[in-house]
Amino acid sequence: MSEQPPLQEPLERLPLAKQPVLRQVTKILIPFVIVFGLYVITHGDYGPGGGFQGGVILAAAYILFALVYGVARARRVIPRKATDVLAAVGVLFYGAVGLVGLFGGGTFLDYDFLGTDPASAQALGMFLVELGVGLTVASVMVTVFTEMVEA
Amino acid sequence: MPPWAGHFNYWIYVVLMMVGLYAAIAKGNLVKKLLGLSLFQTGIFIFYISTSVILTESGQFATVPILAEHGGPLTETYANPLPHVLILTAIVVSVSTMAVALAIVVNIKREFGTIESDELLEQELAE
Amino acid sequence: MTAGVLRNLPALVVIVPLFMGLVTAILGRQGRAHWLALATAWVTFGLTGLLAYEVLQSPLGFVTYTFGPWADAVPLNLAARPGAVATPGIEYRVDHLNALFLVIVAGMTAIVILGARLSLKKEIPEDRRHVFYGVLLLCLTGLLGITITGDAFNLYVLLEISSLTAYALVAMGKSRDKRALTASFHYLLLGTVGASLILIGIGYLFMVTGTLNMTEMARILQEEIPRRNKTVSTAFALLLAGFGLKAALFPLHAWLPNAYTYSPSVVSTFLASTATKVGLYAGLRFYFTIFGADYTISTFANEALLFLACAAILHGSVMAIQQTNVKRLLAYSSVAQIGYLVIGFCLVDASGHPIESGVTGSLLHVANHAVVKGALFVAAGAVVYRCGAVHLDDLRGLARKMPLTFTAFAVGGLSLIGVPLTGGFISKWHIVSGAIEGGYYPVVAVILIGSLLAVVYVLRMIEPMVFGKPEEGPQVGEAPPSVILPAWILIGISIYFGVNGGALRELVEGAAKTIAGGGS
Repeated sequence: MSEQPPLQEPLERLPLAKQPVLRQVTKILIPFVIVFGLYVITHGDYGPGGGFQGGVILAAAYILFALVYGVARARRVIPRKATDVLAAVGVLFYGAVGLVGLFGGGTFLDYDFLGTDPASAQALGMFLVELGVGLTVASVMVTVFTEMVEA
Repeated sequence: MPPWAGHFNYWIYVVLMMVGLYAAIAKGNLVKKLLGLSLFQTGIFIFYISTSVILTESGQFATVPILAEHGGPLTETYANPLPHVLILTAIVVSVSTMAVALAIVVNIKREFGTIESDELLEQELAE
Repeated sequence: MTAGVLRNLPALVVIVPLFMGLVTAILGRQGRAHWLALATAWVTFGLTGLLAYEVLQSPLGFVTYTFGPWADAVPLNLAARPGAVATPGIEYRVDHLNALFLVIVAGMTAIVILGARLSLKKEIPEDRRHVFYGVLLLCLTGLLGITITGDAFNLYVLLEISSLTAYALVAMGKSRDKRALTASFHYLLLGTVGASLILIGIGYLFMVTGTLNMTEMARILQEEIPRRNKTVSTAFALLLAGFGLKAALFPLHAWLPNAYTYSPSVVSTFLASTATKVGLYAGLRFYFTIFGADYTISTFANEALLFLACAAILHGSVMAIQQTNVKRLLAYSSVAQIGYLVIGFCLVDASGHPIESGVTGSLLHVANHAVVKGALFVAAGAVVYRCGAVHLDDLRGLARKMPLTFTAFAVGGLSLIGVPLTGGFISKWHIVSGAIEGGYYPVVAVILIGSLLAVVYVLRMIEPMVFGKPEEGPQVGEAPPSVILPAWILIGISIYFGVNGGALRELVEGAAKTIAGGGS
């Protein structure tokens, strides 16, 4: 990659961080966005939502921070290596959930083997899968955003 | 209403697709080409969503396919959820396509210094 | 454990490269990536081999596998069509036709990766190499997935996985030649339009049949839908165009020459021997299994495809003769060879059924062409490894400087022409006898002219190698054994095919029966 911007750019040099309103609103908003993202991920199995949508919302929190406080600061929160690894780990997690059924005596993605009764096992399986999807989508969105900005 | 007007969604889908395809072919700027491609794919999403529309016996549009509190569907007739799920996947695919395409465009800009296709062609022929 | 593996063989064929691709991308630094990828590719090849064996043994002629417990669940009444009942869940269904393509794709990848390490060392920067191998394995996942799946939408998703990774692989050639980037962009633009057409086609079929399961779709289309349904015709046209683009059938081949020329040598080999073949497979699956030979042959698409295939042979060969870059020459020769791959499937006898020897010939040619083109691209890669480029001028005196590479070029070239004792002869023989059987004399003429043109472009490569005077300056030696090893393995396989088909013949004959018999 081309040369990185200095890690600690003074806040006064970033056009958006100069605005006190933006700075404060971002600080207040980010926790709520994250909680909402997690809500959408975890409630995807019986309502509108799921890993894709929730993951994008989680990434939006990060992107909002990066827009206001600069990518260099955002990169210190979640370094590039972390997003690269997490993107793959999410998919592997999804796959691992599927493998439980495969080696438990059923077929791939057979969630019935995750719990004692099929109904709760199905719910658990879907929940775990959505977590994996959410993780991957969030890290990929972050990667796409930061790579484009740093280029 | 003339019979062809009943398929309003499908007209929109075809028009959107063709506008997108035209942009992807005729525009010289690579990013504009990608915008066209994106529009092209969006047209297809509308097509898929339209296929999920179902009319109830009384001629009303069926509602959302979610569970009610008693565990069954909210209403007797509900829209087909399968195309929605399919198109969610297709949207993710299209976002990934855009990400790959933009990454390539960024690299083209860095290596060639331009993203206009005719200038790129000139440079390629010069080599 | 062993029982679990055997029972889940169809799923594992796709899961193993998927998992290992991601693991390679995470853990593949310090040169580990090559060994991880190599092990994965060979394990996958072994799994496909086992699967093919299982298919050959199975009394039904196919093996099925359903994901999750949903197939036994209460069918949802998804009234996409009044009265239609959708079977939930994805089914993998492997018959002779899939098994053949699975073995070819996995086997070619395994052999290609064998010789990848040194040539990638020159062409991909160190910090990107683990990502490269990861993406390569993901592309393999996509290609195997397209081949194995029995679900139309699953096919589209896997098609996009393999395409997106292929664009990335082509673009990684930028450190050798920056034109790889524009080639990749062009490929992406056309590939996405093609995939979108396939998506619409599948959507129309879904509207008509209310299911995405291919077997179910085929049954409904052939039993319940009246002939000449406009929606079905539209879907057919869209799918034909989409898969034609993916298989690079003339005139939809525009993306191919540049993509093959500028991508890293390993990627050229990999794509040339797998990607277009899988596009062809998906086309065949829709053409013969889902729509059914009775429907497709009654449309004018059959004659149109026959005409385009002949045009592909002539156009590709003539363009190949004019090239000075060896990789581009081979790429245009691929365009021509795709013509041979398609021709055999379009030959129809008087009663409107596909002619079996034509189908056998084209299926054999899929295997032969994958092997031979793989060998030639590996040989070209060896020249790139030594000289940095592959223009015809660089080949002067190669016969003395790099005898092993030269022999690979020579035998591969002979097989492209179709000289007896090579695999190319057997497959062309079958196609020509099929064409004579059906009375397609112009097609016979085109195949013969195509072979003569192949003689010309192969000689254009061989002539400077034998008679050219090497340039003054530093002498280059033979490529390292590991770089040229895949070419020799492939040449060996090609000659083996030419003399004796073995187990592959059994698969091909089974697949030919599936197609000629009007689907499974």
